[in-house]
Amino acid sequence: MTAAVLSPARARPAGFSRDALFGLVTWGAAWLVLLLLLAIAVAMAWGGRLAFATFGPGFLTSMAWDPASGRFGALVAIYGTLASSAIALLIAAPVSLGIALFLTDIAPPRVRGPIGIAIELLAAVPSIIYGMWGLFVLAPFMATHVEPWLSDHLGLAPLIGPIFSGPPIGIGMLTAGLVLGIMIVPFIAAVARDVFAAVPAPLKEAAVALGATRWEILRRVTLPHTRSAIVGAIFLGLGRALGETMAVTFVLGNAHDLSASLLMPGNSIAAAIANEFTEADTALYRSALIALAFLLFVVTFLVLAAAKLMLRRIDRTLGKAH
Amino acid sequence: MRWILFRRRLADIVALCFAGLATAFGLACLASILWTTISKGGAAIGPALFTEMTPPPGAEGGLANAFYGSAVMVLLALAIGTPIGLAAGVYLAEQGRHTRLAAAVRFVNDILLSAPSIVVGLFVYELVVRPSGHFSGFAGSLALAIILVPMVVRTSDEALRLVPDRMREAAFALGLPRWKVTARILMKAAMNGILTGVLLGLARIAGETAPLLFTALNNQFWSASLDRPLANVPVVIFQYAMSPYNQWHALAWAGALVLTAFVLALSLLVRLAARKGRHG
Repeated sequence: MTAAVLSPARARPAGFSRDALFGLVTWGAAWLVLLLLLAIAVAMAWGGRLAFATFGPGFLTSMAWDPASGRFGALVAIYGTLASSAIALLIAAPVSLGIALFLTDIAPPRVRGPIGIAIELLAAVPSIIYGMWGLFVLAPFMATHVEPWLSDHLGLAPLIGPIFSGPPIGIGMLTAGLVLGIMIVPFIAAVARDVFAAVPAPLKEAAVALGATRWEILRRVTLPHTRSAIVGAIFLGLGRALGETMAVTFVLGNAHDLSASLLMPGNSIAAAIANEFTEADTALYRSALIALAFLLFVVTFLVLAAAKLMLRRIDRTLGKAH
Repeated sequence: MRWILFRRRLADIVALCFAGLATAFGLACLASILWTTISKGGAAIGPALFTEMTPPPGAEGGLANAFYGSAVMVLLALAIGTPIGLAAGVYLAEQGRHTRLAAAVRFVNDILLSAPSIVVGLFVYELVVRPSGHFSGFAGSLALAIILVPMVVRTSDEALRLVPDRMREAAFALGLPRWKVTARILMKAAMNGILTGVLLGLARIAGETAPLLFTALNNQFWSASLDRPLANVPVVIFQYAMSPYNQWHALAWAGALVLTAFVLALSLLVRLAARKGRHG
C-alpha cells in the first residue's frame, strides 16, 4: 500500500462522518418538530387526567364551574369558544372574499400592493393590542351604537329574539366574535387572493367572451374552481379563532353562565385558562383547566388538519407539489 | 329581456360595492387600531418610560424592566428556536425532501404554526415550571422558542427549495461533502428567505402574551436572572390594561404603542425588502 492510495481513503471516512453527523442533526430536528406536537397533546392529557378521572364524560356536558366546591364542567367554555368562532367566521368569510376579489380584480394595479400589505399588517398586530382595542374602542362603540339597535329591532322578534336581547354593555359574545373576525380576515384573505390570482386566465376569458359580469365570473368560474382552497382557508381561520386567547379574554367578560343572548358576557376555553390558571389553588382546579386545554388542542388539531388537507389539493394543482 | 340585464348589472354592482366596502372595513380597522394606540399611548412616551421600573398602583413609573425582560426572552428564544428550525428546514428541503418523514413533518409543522399559543404556555408550565417549582424567564423563552420553531422550519424549507438544482449539481460535482454544500452554498443562496422568516418570527413572538402568562409570569422589579419570574411587555400591558388605575392604563397604552410600532415596522420593512428582492 502506498501513501498515495491511503490519503483519499483516509479523507473519505472523515468527510463521511461529518456528513453523517450533519444528517443526524437535521434528522433529529425534524423528528423534534413531530414529537413536539405529540408531547403537547400527551402533556395536556396527563395534566388533565385528574379532572377526566373525577368527572368522566360528564365533564363535557356539565355547566357547573364552582372552584369553591370543586365541581367543574366544560360546557360553558366549549359553547363560548364555538359561538365566538362561529360569529367570527360569519363576519370574516365574506369580508375576506370581498377583499380578495377587490385585490385581484377590481383595484387599479398601482394600489394593489400597498392595500395588500396593509391587510397583511392586520395579521402582524399582536393579539393583546386587538384585545385592548376591543375593550376600550370597540366595546363602547358596540354598547352605544350597535347593541341598542339590535335589541330594539331584533330583541322582540320570534325565534331569533333571545339571541339579541339583553343589556347593551358592549362586552360579550358578539363583540368577541367581531374582534376575532377582524383578526382572522388577513389569514383567509391572503390565501383567497393567491388562489383567485392563480385561476387560469383562459377560463376567465371564456366567461368574459360569453358576456359574464365580474360577479358572475366570481360565482360561476372563480369560486367553483377554487372551492377546496377557499374552504381550507376558512378552516385555517377557524383554527386560529378557536385558540385565540388575549383578544377574547379582554372582551368576553369572564362569566361562567350559559346565555342564549350574544350580548351577554360569556367565557371561552382559552379565556378561562388565561384568567384563572395562575389563581387556581387546588390540583383539581388546575387539572380542569388543563383538561380544557387538551380539548382545545384536539379540536384545533382536527380543524387545522382538515384545512391542510383541503389546501394541499390546491397546492398540487398550482404546481407546488410537496 | 331588459329586466334580466338590469338584474345582472345590479348584482354585479352590489358585489363590487361589497368588495370595496370589505376592503375599506379592513383598512379602517387597521387605521383605528393604529390611531388608538398612538393617541392613547403617545402621551406617556418619554424618557421615564425607558428608565423607570413598573410602578405600584397610584405611582409614576416606566416599563424599563419589562422592556429589558422582553428583549432578553425574545433573544434567547431566537437563539434556541432558530438553529432547531433551520436544521429541521434543511432536513425537509435537502436530506429527506421526498421521504414520508418529511411529508409528516411538513403536515405537523403547518398545524403547529396555527396551534393555540396558550396551550404552548401550559405545555411549558407542565414541562419546566411545575417540576422546578417556580416561574422563570427561561421558561418564557422556551415557550416563545416553541412558537418560533415552526415559522423558521417553514420559511427555511421553502427558501432552500427555491435554490435551483443546478447549484447543487455544480457543488456536488466539485466533490464537496453534503454538509458543506448545504451550509456553505445553499444556505447562502437562501439566506434572504431564511432571514425573512426569522425576522417575521421575531415580530410574532415579541407580541405573544398567552404563552408567557404561566411561564415568565411578571416581576414588578428589576431582575436579570433567567431563573426567576421576569417582567415582560405583553404581560405588563395585560395586567395594567385590566386594572382599574388610570396611571396603569396610560402605561399599558404606552407599552402597546412601543410594541405595535416595533412589530409593524419590522413586518413592514421585512415585507418590503422581500418584495424588492423578488422583483430585483
